[in-house]
Amino acid sequence: MSNRAGTPHLGGALSCVDILVAAYWTAMRIDPTDPAAPDRDRLILSKGHAVSALYATLAVRGFIPLDDLARYNENGGHLPEQPSPNCVPGVEWATGSLGHGLSVGAGLALAGRIAGRPYRVIVVVSDGECQEGAVWEAAMFAATHRLGQLMVVVDYNKWQATGRSNEVMALEPLRTKWEAFGWRCREVDGHDLAALVDAMRETSGQHGQPIAIVANTVKGKGVSFMEDDNNWHYRSPSAAEVLQAGRQLGVE
Amino acid sequence: MRNAFASEIVELAGRDPRVVVLMADIGNHLFDQYRLRFPDRFYNCGVAEANMIGVAAGLAAGGFRPVCYTITPFATTRCLEQIRVDLCYHEMPALVVGTGAGLSYASLGATHHSCEDIALLRVFPGIKVLCPGDAMEVRGCLRAALREPSPVYMRIGKKGEPVVHEAVPTIEIGKCLVVKPGTAVGLLSTGNTLPLAMDATERLEAAGISVEVASFHTVKPLDEAYLRTVFDRLEVVATVEEHSRLGGFGASVAEWLSEQDPQPAALLRFGTADRFIHGAADQGYAREVYGLTAGRLAEAIVDRVQRRARTPGIVSSR
Repeated sequence: MSNRAGTPHLGGALSCVDILVAAYWTAMRIDPTDPAAPDRDRLILSKGHAVSALYATLAVRGFIPLDDLARYNENGGHLPEQPSPNCVPGVEWATGSLGHGLSVGAGLALAGRIAGRPYRVIVVVSDGECQEGAVWEAAMFAATHRLGQLMVVVDYNKWQATGRSNEVMALEPLRTKWEAFGWRCREVDGHDLAALVDAMRETSGQHGQPIAIVANTVKGKGVSFMEDDNNWHYRSPSAAEVLQAGRQLGVE
Repeated sequence: MRNAFASEIVELAGRDPRVVVLMADIGNHLFDQYRLRFPDRFYNCGVAEANMIGVAAGLAAGGFRPVCYTITPFATTRCLEQIRVDLCYHEMPALVVGTGAGLSYASLGATHHSCEDIALLRVFPGIKVLCPGDAMEVRGCLRAALREPSPVYMRIGKKGEPVVHEAVPTIEIGKCLVVKPGTAVGLLSTGNTLPLAMDATERLEAAGISVEVASFHTVKPLDEAYLRTVFDRLEVVATVEEHSRLGGFGASVAEWLSEQDPQPAALLRFGTADRFIHGAADQGYAREVYGLTAGRLAEAIVDRVQRRARTPGIVSSR
């Protein structure tokens, strides 16, 4: 997709693939044939630049035809480089500007509670995104109102656009931060599907605390020449690199 | 206007179970009655306005009709991107209410002045911008706003402003209210300058100039049908607002006018100047600083009417 469309952000897309797989195949109550079901669980990919991973997830999971992926980022098409509102079934929110998703997720979770609908809301944020003040406004709001049906997953790949995320801004100790903001927080290997599923299945903490999962991930995961190399925040792979990556991932 | 809002929202929430009020730590006791009746539909979001707008978007996506309320700069410029992306881009049926708009809270300093919000909000695709002229219009606008299927921004004043309408008018968004008919000058007001427009009108009519007063409770969409008739029918049309002359209501009218064939009437725009006020200033003083007094308005309008009378050929053929 990245090669054909000439789009960047492949590294950050690969780092959250396992999180999306755990969510869409196991943790969430969803039905690809009824994507607007009122009681469905919702996932907001707040790091919208990684949406190629979400489109691929939705396609393999049956929300959209697999063939649609060939039209990623095509002018006039319905799979824009960053998701637009209701662009395809399964995309719950248009993101791309960081720091919005958690507040919207909190509102959705609150709506579910007022309406007596028990759905859960998962918001996937990037580590760099945690530098946005609005994330922590939302964190305090969710803790205050005991939004136990709200979960945040931090795709902690330790990189952001221009450097190591902890060098750009002091994120650490990230798990303790979420706990200090009133969330029940677990730290897991973000590429260990069993651990992710186990963490995501956890229902709310004590007295309806919202749940945070700090998922330690590797940017560019799965492709040796992309792993932990931040150039892949910007580059799109050549045809030869796509073949090589495909061989490593076993999807030739 | 504040109290009219607080009382009307209780009525409307009683009729519509989708109404949820979000506020950002202001309005001590203002919502006591509302909270008592609808405790599960009231959330104090704290001093965190960006999150409040995002939460509103999520509530709207979940089927509710959120109403966000705080002091105007914090309801608008503080969280402008959330309004743009989460409400406008997603076409969410949410209402943002800015209280103490314009110079209402002038004495609190320029941090609390809001003379840019109309300009900034009206450029976002899909949002409607309402500026009720008195407490009665606040109630009418609120009723209309909650019927809208898309985002609405409403700026209101403070408490105790003069009430111009005798009863709550039926508000149709995008259609101004002619408060008083006239034959020479059109004085078009938006928001809390409506009583000021009435005062200026009294002076002008004492000087023998007939004035039509219209309350533009909606700046966007602009009532172009009315503008067409008023520019065709009258000699001078003046706009007045407690908002910058840049980008506000008067500027909207000027934009519209620039795309019309030459019109018989001339346009005058009254609003705040392109500078902040430093130092102590209550609302009355701040209005004087910016020339927003009945005397200054009347003076400038008389001057324009007289100049037109002295200049042959300026009035195009009708």
